Amino acid sequence: MAKEKKLIKLIDICKQYENEEVVTKVLYDINLEVNKGEFVAIMGPSGSGKSTLMHIMGFLDKPTSGTYYYKGKKVSDFDEDKLADIRNEEVGFVFQTFNLLQRTSVYDNVNLPLTYSDKKIGDQDVIQAIKSVGLYHRKDNLSNQLSGGEKQRVAIARALVNRPEIIFADEPTGNLDSQSGKQIMEILQDLNEKGNTIILVTHEKYTAEHARRIVSIIDGKIVDDYQVKKRLIAKDEKYLTK
Amino acid sequence: MDVANSIRIALIGLKSKKTRTFLTMLGIIVGIASVIIILSVGAGAQSLILNQIRGFGSNLISIFPGASEEEGPPPTVFGTVNTDLKNEDIEALMNSKRVPHAVAATYYIQGSETFRWRSQQFDGTYIATTASYLEVHDEIPAKGRFINKQEEKNLARVAVLGSNVKKELFDNLDAIGEKIKIGRHQFKIIGVMKPRGVEGFQNQDNLVFIPISTGQKIIQGIDYVTLARVKVDSPDNIERTVEDVRQVLREEHRLEVGEIDDFSVRSQAQAIEIFSAVTDSLTYFLAAIAAISLLVGGIGIMNIMLISVTERTREIGLRKAVGAKNKNILNQFLLESVVVTLGGGVVGIILGISISWLVAYIAQYLGFDWDFVISFLSIILSTTIAIIVGIVFGLYPAWKASQLNPIEALRYE
Repeated sequence: MAKEKKLIKLIDICKQYENEEVVTKVLYDINLEVNKGEFVAIMGPSGSGKSTLMHIMGFLDKPTSGTYYYKGKKVSDFDEDKLADIRNEEVGFVFQTFNLLQRTSVYDNVNLPLTYSDKKIGDQDVIQAIKSVGLYHRKDNLSNQLSGGEKQRVAIARALVNRPEIIFADEPTGNLDSQSGKQIMEILQDLNEKGNTIILVTHEKYTAEHARRIVSIIDGKIVDDYQVKKRLIAKDEKYLTK
Repeated sequence: MDVANSIRIALIGLKSKKTRTFLTMLGIIVGIASVIIILSVGAGAQSLILNQIRGFGSNLISIFPGASEEEGPPPTVFGTVNTDLKNEDIEALMNSKRVPHAVAATYYIQGSETFRWRSQQFDGTYIATTASYLEVHDEIPAKGRFINKQEEKNLARVAVLGSNVKKELFDNLDAIGEKIKIGRHQFKIIGVMKPRGVEGFQNQDNLVFIPISTGQKIIQGIDYVTLARVKVDSPDNIERTVEDVRQVLREEHRLEVGEIDDFSVRSQAQAIEIFSAVTDSLTYFLAAIAAISLLVGGIGIMNIMLISVTERTREIGLRKAVGAKNKNILNQFLLESVVVTLGGGVVGIILGISISWLVAYIAQYLGFDWDFVISFLSIILSTTIAIIVGIVFGLYPAWKASQLNPIEALRYE
């Protein structure tokens, strides 16, 4: 049982980029475990390597060295197609810049992962995902007709539609006003309450404090890893007054 | 991911850039339409020429002055003036017992002139010919009579009008016995021909017939003929008669063994063969040129697809992030390219057929014996070419898209 609970285990993960003669080290010996149902914020300043870490954990990028176990299996053993399948069925991404398909309806955007999936998920699930972010009334609108907050909610619905194990959110409130940001955090906290594992990347301590656990990263190294004692609840008015 | 879904994704991608998609298609539309039109118009023109040749009747042999290659067209086709064929040659043919299957022979010269009667005038062609013209061409005048043997020899200034010339100059009045001017010379009208329409590339109704001697000596001042025709008793004896005619003419021209003929004898079957070969090669040559526009269209597609891949780098990154495999991306872009070319192909085929039909309609309206021909093969060929162009020119951009690294693609600005 305990083994099943552990979703992610990183051992001595390093990442460096080589560009002609310049070698840039981004991550140094990262050791991290994430369990099912956790809400982890990876917090650090710009350029600290937090996004790179998220990309590695999200099967979008590969470490230069170290070992990544996902559900007890070595990720380095997976081929490109297997990684694509995992990205499709087991994780969902929410990006700072939304990354919606332009001039495409809300419905089609949310439906996008299903076009690459063998899972038998029907219309109802797409509608359910759209409803869960409160955008049912806009399901036929084109993505460019939405506000920033609405776009991010569509992105969350898209991340949810395949019922993933983990949702990765990279600065999801970074491009939003505080009211919209509050709504997004509210949705993420809700999802976590319902059992979804959430890994949030942010440079704001304030946003990070909505998570249950904060992993601080500076210059590619984990400098702190602690459970949040006084967690901020997005529904709470405090968010707005701060 | 099934094919229907891939096509749906490709269509969504194309729909979001309608103008660009249409402009990309345009190259293929023009290319395919050109190929269809050229093949159809080529076949139509061929039908026109062959129908014209057939219009003469299948039991005629033509004799042209000047040497030619056995399978090539006679030199007069290229506008060469050749004075080797004389009236006596044809007379000798008919007097010889060595051309037993020749029923009749006639020979001609022709020229353009203005025909005048009082204040009326008409620009047409006169044919100076022999009395035997009627027998060779199975014609009889509608009114009056044709040139007789005597008139043929003694420079008589008599003329027989084509039905249209009569109508233009005299309208409903009786023309027989009237005098018209052909150029500077006055001719007495002795007959009017029946309406015959276009035969042998010439509207027979716009002709005026005069005696051969009058045409040669009084109007043109020459002693040769430009064409002679021999009527054979049966189509089965054509080949033999062609050979007989050759032998007699070689003797007449005193050609030594080994010397090539200074004349050309052609049957209708040979003419049909030669014209078919000429028009076929011309059609295929033009179709090949039109096909080059397809190549240009294909390069246009590759160009636009490469731009599209660059523009949609983030989209590709996103698709990969949500689970698209390399082959899904490859298929998507390849399908987009094939949908563009196939769509262009279908529009091109419709456009090509429409224009070909219009050409045929106008040609028929103008009185030409033109068939509207669209070969099933040209449609299959065009569709196949369109798909192949789409795959060939879409492959590289699609492959490039499929190889993008998702992280770099997502970060692309």
